[in-house]
Amino acid sequence: MWRDTVLVAGKDLRIEARSRVALSQVAPFGVVALVLFAFALGPERTPMAKGSPGLFWVAVLFCTVLAVQRSVAVESVDGARDGLRLSGLDPAGLFLGKSAAVAAQLVVLEVVLGAGVVLLYGAKIEIPWLVVTSGLLGAVGLAATGTLYGALSAGLRVRETLLPLLLLPIAAPVLLAGTRIWQAAMAGGVPSDGTQWLRLLVVFDAVYVALGVVVFGPIHESA
Amino acid sequence: MRVVGITAAVATAATVWLALWVTPPDVTQGNLVRLVYLHPGVAWVALYLAFGLAAGASLLYLWPRTRSLFWDRLAAAAVEVGVVFNVCTLVSGSIWGRPTWGVWWAWDARLTSTAVLLVLFLGYLALRRVPAEPEARARRSAFVCLFAAVDVPIVHFSVLWWRTLHQGATVLNPDLTPTIHGSMAWTLLLGFVALTLVFVWMLIVRYRIGALEDRLGTGELDMALRQRRAEGAPEDEDEAA
Repeated sequence: MWRDTVLVAGKDLRIEARSRVALSQVAPFGVVALVLFAFALGPERTPMAKGSPGLFWVAVLFCTVLAVQRSVAVESVDGARDGLRLSGLDPAGLFLGKSAAVAAQLVVLEVVLGAGVVLLYGAKIEIPWLVVTSGLLGAVGLAATGTLYGALSAGLRVRETLLPLLLLPIAAPVLLAGTRIWQAAMAGGVPSDGTQWLRLLVVFDAVYVALGVVVFGPIHESA
Repeated sequence: MRVVGITAAVATAATVWLALWVTPPDVTQGNLVRLVYLHPGVAWVALYLAFGLAAGASLLYLWPRTRSLFWDRLAAAAVEVGVVFNVCTLVSGSIWGRPTWGVWWAWDARLTSTAVLLVLFLGYLALRRVPAEPEARARRSAFVCLFAAVDVPIVHFSVLWWRTLHQGATVLNPDLTPTIHGSMAWTLLLGFVALTLVFVWMLIVRYRIGALEDRLGTGELDMALRQRRAEGAPEDEDEAA
């Protein structure tokens, strides 16, 4: 299973390295979103800095939808999905590999967006490890749910419109937890508020990764 | 089924009569309290009965031994009726909230969870609308329902913490029964029973429609095939001749 995970993740990341879709389209889209949020909030720095945790995570969520769409799209042409099905790869490994590739891209996007929030909105982060941990955990959870729903909507013609409707409400706890952790990290002081939310993220990740490992096989077979 | 329908209608009528004429107005809330006979019952159906039924039916569909389109149609019917009840919950809550809290909507933990649940439901229904083979659609829908069901407790806790951590103890308490009068308690209970019956009746009707729709889908295909064959038959004879 782990060998298959590495194989699939390597394949997806190699495609990304050659096509640069996430880097040249999704990341700039995230920056555009940040600029638009700034326009929506007005030119004062205080509301922007105050809202930056939530705005960061909303931007990450939007980017997740695009990254997942891309992850599904690479399998939808040239009969790639049939190829994967015939390859005899372990479905659990396939799920973990696709999720890992999306998660890796999301981490890069988070770095870009995080830098954007700090530079553009003047967000001051007092406890960096909280932000880093929440970013990693959030990326795993979003990638796992995204891959699951991506596989479910893979064969559908209305995939582009259906995926956000299904994925975004499910990801609401990630947005809530991530935002609260960032707020705790920006407030400084005792990080106990943040660690409670980190636990929630860990539970979210564990539930959906476990669910994906179990049910990805039948989903992938029938899609 | 007719029995359920009639009982539901009678129970609803009795609840309306008790709620509007027999029970006294509340000391502090006046006539507004009459919404309490409707709102918790609707919420119970929407949040627990409908969603629980849909999740259970989806799980039974996914379980290979109990796989049957019956469970799929049941889940679909439960979600669709559940959405109606969910909207009713939010609307009746809003109507009550405006005079009591002064706002149509408060970002209270329960309200937020209910709203997220509604959006999850709507996603499920949107997925069902995508044309597909009944088996494929059933499978996909069951998975989506399962994922949503798993998310519900996480959403619930995150929203609960979101409120309590953010604003301290200002959580608005929807429990509005300071001293519950005897007739009020009975009316409340009857309201639960009546709304559950209404739900069951709507569920059965929706299930039947779903079954008929499926039959129509396959029947039309058979009919089209027969027509095509009938068109083809004389030509074959000509060629043979």
